[in-house]
Amino acid sequence: MARMKFLCDADRCIECNACVTACKNEHEIPWGINRRRVVTLNDGKPGERSVSMACMHCTDAPCAAVCPVNCFYTTADAVVLHSKDLCIGCGYCFYACPFGAPQYPKVGNFGSRGKMDKCTFCAGGPEADGSKEEYEKYGANRLAEGKLPLCAEMCSTKSLLAGDGDVIAQIYKERVSRRGYGSGAWGWQTAYHETIAT
Amino acid sequence: MARLSAAIRTIASVLAFCCVMAFAAPAPTLAQDNPNASAVKEQQLLNQLKVIQGRGTIPDAKSYVLEHPAGRDWRYFHTVTLKWIGGLSILGMLALLILFYLWRGRIPIEEGRSGRKIVRFTGFERFVHWLTASTFVILGITGLNITFGRALILPWLGPNAFSAWSEWAKYSHNYLSFAFTLGVVLMFLMWIGQNFPTAADVEWLKRGGGMFTKKHGGHPPAYKFNAGQKLLYWFVVLGGGAMMVTGYVLMFPFYGGLTVGNMELAEIFHGIVGVVFVAMILAHIYIGTLGMEGAFEAMGEGTVDVNWAKEHHPLWVDEALAEQRDPKGPGLVTSTPAE
Repeated sequence: MARMKFLCDADRCIECNACVTACKNEHEIPWGINRRRVVTLNDGKPGERSVSMACMHCTDAPCAAVCPVNCFYTTADAVVLHSKDLCIGCGYCFYACPFGAPQYPKVGNFGSRGKMDKCTFCAGGPEADGSKEEYEKYGANRLAEGKLPLCAEMCSTKSLLAGDGDVIAQIYKERVSRRGYGSGAWGWQTAYHETIAT
Repeated sequence: MARLSAAIRTIASVLAFCCVMAFAAPAPTLAQDNPNASAVKEQQLLNQLKVIQGRGTIPDAKSYVLEHPAGRDWRYFHTVTLKWIGGLSILGMLALLILFYLWRGRIPIEEGRSGRKIVRFTGFERFVHWLTASTFVILGITGLNITFGRALILPWLGPNAFSAWSEWAKYSHNYLSFAFTLGVVLMFLMWIGQNFPTAADVEWLKRGGGMFTKKHGGHPPAYKFNAGQKLLYWFVVLGGGAMMVTGYVLMFPFYGGLTVGNMELAEIFHGIVGVVFVAMILAHIYIGTLGMEGAFEAMGEGTVDVNWAKEHHPLWVDEALAEQRDPKGPGLVTSTPAE
């Protein structure tokens, strides 16, 4: 089994937000929830870079560690998923997450956030693969169909890579050596306790 | 005139264009150009700022934080540190109380019951106490569930039942907090007059409240509240205040520009004060029920035996009796009917 990861090549991201749109459309995400977003650093200044960010499916995920009802689980592909049936909407996963990935359908006053929602690496949830229930709660299960996450598939500059961590790290390394520069695999050190030497 | 100025303008633009071209050449070669030279670096930003923040295009301002590795410290606090603080303070207090009970036993009324009663707490005082107490018990249990439930209750309740219980616990915790807040505020106003420190408190503290001697008459005198009760009062008022502030921050997340770091800090305070609060109240419950003869009636029926009052709060009894003799004052001492 592969160890699935995301990698955003910030030197290629043009902040077109197609990944955000593709994600919203593929999973029919309600208004107000962003499983993926693009953050621009040093906007309008020299050295500006944009990074597309979602759940990084961390090694030893902090969300899973702090969840008071233990609703998270890690699949054989190392994708971090959760059960919306068990989630109580306490909001702790958002506090622990280094990437701001967990989202809630409501503002959260009086503890009424609703069930947490986040990037599933297009791998659905605990329900049967491809079932109607799974789609309604977690969106499409592309992984079960042998496809990779749509955000990366749709990326116009192939900045966002998704797939086996070793494979995408190799692609990124080759890119960096060919073009002579690279600002690194954003979030990898925090999420996977390792980074790509370039 | 107009023609001359047009001619000057043309010449000036041609000159300017030539200048620009001259300075622009020679064009930099691709090999020398590193587009990454001025680029932001992740590790550098994290070292400098601890958090990487940028600009986004969606209304949710929280999403502009790209990376916030400090969540890790909070995770460690919540999953390790808080469990140790909570476990040690609560189990430690239980152990101390058990040892104290085994050594001291139930503290008796030394002179025995007199059969005469004196009013200690009015109906309103008891209402406020029990409002605070009953909501505290629920808040305490539902709060401990968030930290310890996963390890202690989940294994035997199963995931579905535990989630259902935890969701109800969360809502009870949130909504009953309002009743608890009201109780603490009323308690603060109602008893503040009797809770300022006096000389008698110093003596009381020096003698450990007479709790650690089995000697007859070893109990130091006190007014309506002894130093121990005063300390508890101030802990409830100040600790309860801290619980309210941090609790409402957690209940209304991210208001007023609060960041995820502020929310983590609120949870840390709420957790630590909460478990210490539970430990303190365990001691309070012990001494008010099992630990001392004749104590529970004060909050139960509102009256205490005169002998109990004289042994524990003689200065208060003097005050109360003086008021009793005052024809304008309320009648405090009542005789129970002969049995």
